[in-house]
Amino acid sequence: MMTSTHTPSALPSSSATDDVAKLAAAAAAVHAAESAEAEAYERTHVHGVYEAIAPHFSATRYKPWPAVASFLQSRPPGAVGLDVGCGNGKYLGLNPSVYMVGSDRSASLVALANSRGRQLQEQHAQEAKKRIAQGELDATGGTGGESSGAAVATEVVVADGLSLPFRERAADFVICIAVIHHMSTRTRRQEAIRHLLRCVRTGEAGHPGGQILVYVWALEQGNSRRGWDEGGEQDLLVPWVLKSQQKQPKQPKQRKGQKGTQDQDTSGVAASNTSGEAPPPPAETTAGPTAATTADGDQGHTDPVFKRYYHLYRKGELEEDVLAAGGAVITSGYERDNWWVVAANEPLSSQSS
Amino acid sequence: MKVLTLNFLTCAVKSCKSSSDSFPLHPKDAELASDDVEVNPQLLINLLPRLDWKALKTTSTELGFPQLPDSPPTIEDLQSDEKLLKDLHSLLMETNLMEGKLVCGVCGHEYAVREGIPNFLLPSHLV
Repeated sequence: MMTSTHTPSALPSSSATDDVAKLAAAAAAVHAAESAEAEAYERTHVHGVYEAIAPHFSATRYKPWPAVASFLQSRPPGAVGLDVGCGNGKYLGLNPSVYMVGSDRSASLVALANSRGRQLQEQHAQEAKKRIAQGELDATGGTGGESSGAAVATEVVVADGLSLPFRERAADFVICIAVIHHMSTRTRRQEAIRHLLRCVRTGEAGHPGGQILVYVWALEQGNSRRGWDEGGEQDLLVPWVLKSQQKQPKQPKQRKGQKGTQDQDTSGVAASNTSGEAPPPPAETTAGPTAATTADGDQGHTDPVFKRYYHLYRKGELEEDVLAAGGAVITSGYERDNWWVVAANEPLSSQSS
Repeated sequence: MKVLTLNFLTCAVKSCKSSSDSFPLHPKDAELASDDVEVNPQLLINLLPRLDWKALKTTSTELGFPQLPDSPPTIEDLQSDEKLLKDLHSLLMETNLMEGKLVCGVCGHEYAVREGIPNFLLPSHLV
């Protein structure tokens, strides 16, 4: 169950070199097949996993990344923003003077984000009522402070990052945090960035265009216990141990090339460098409707282990992908095991889509 | 989902995006609910230029609300006319589409809305 059988895609190795059209057709077919394969792969090793671990995952995701928080806080009031891959929606209410819509591929996470947003909204409404009631007594109560935001954190949709339902060129900004590294081919990762760029306004004279903020896991994690670093394998399956008892478990427990850190044997799953060298996605067929559920151990109490696919970005790669997607890099940086980039549409080539 | 959000949503099918008929999506069998949201005049005023007013007018009519004027109010209108501000706030921020469908005017695909959440995942033949 946990063996990673790599099914090589059917490349026209013997190259039927008769005619060009045939080749092109074959290439197209291969491309389609690869893309379908990549999709199926992500369904198992990303979407299925998040559906299964949603509440548990959500409980561990409450702290905003500083670079993301400062990006959001610096948006002007009334700005319209999107959070593609919003997960449990932790960023949606962070700046209450902007209006944000979140999307995620996982219906379970979107439902969590929605109820979280509703709670926030109710809180604000009640506080506002209190303030109004008090304000009538002492007129100095101060209106319109920053705290009187509308808490628009409820707006979420279920959508795929490669088929987004957003009106094009309408948003002032888009954030996409820890999402694109789940796409299993470079083509799809660049395509995902292209979709983000399409959502934001293009610049005009006097008006800067909208910006996107993309955040991905870095290969260079020299300071982390995970042990990944420069020169290592970039396409990985990272286990998520679904601890049934604990409320707030830690990050995925895994160390490259080491034994599982728990009593149950995760070592077989850990760091399953799927494909040998660099190239395409590890095409694994663990399949089955229950996705990557590998409850190991024999009997009694075992915690199921879910394997999520990650592409770890090496230094400079994110910027390359932004350029390939037709974007222009504004700033970029590294923050605790992650690469991030702020980008906009290339001003000149912005008409085509 | 707020009416405001509908103003930023279109069909998820790639080939529909180039057609203006894919926006706005058309509510069908809509069940609405009203939320109590604090009025934030500045937010509304800042949002105004980001709205597609024509689409908002369509949506508002399709949901059975009184017809909106052809052109959006000006910022001065909103600042001076409290009722106008309240009405716009109520439509955009407090009116929620809870159940029903959103229909694309081009491909006719119906996106289900449940508990206020629309689902834009496409069946494989539409991807």
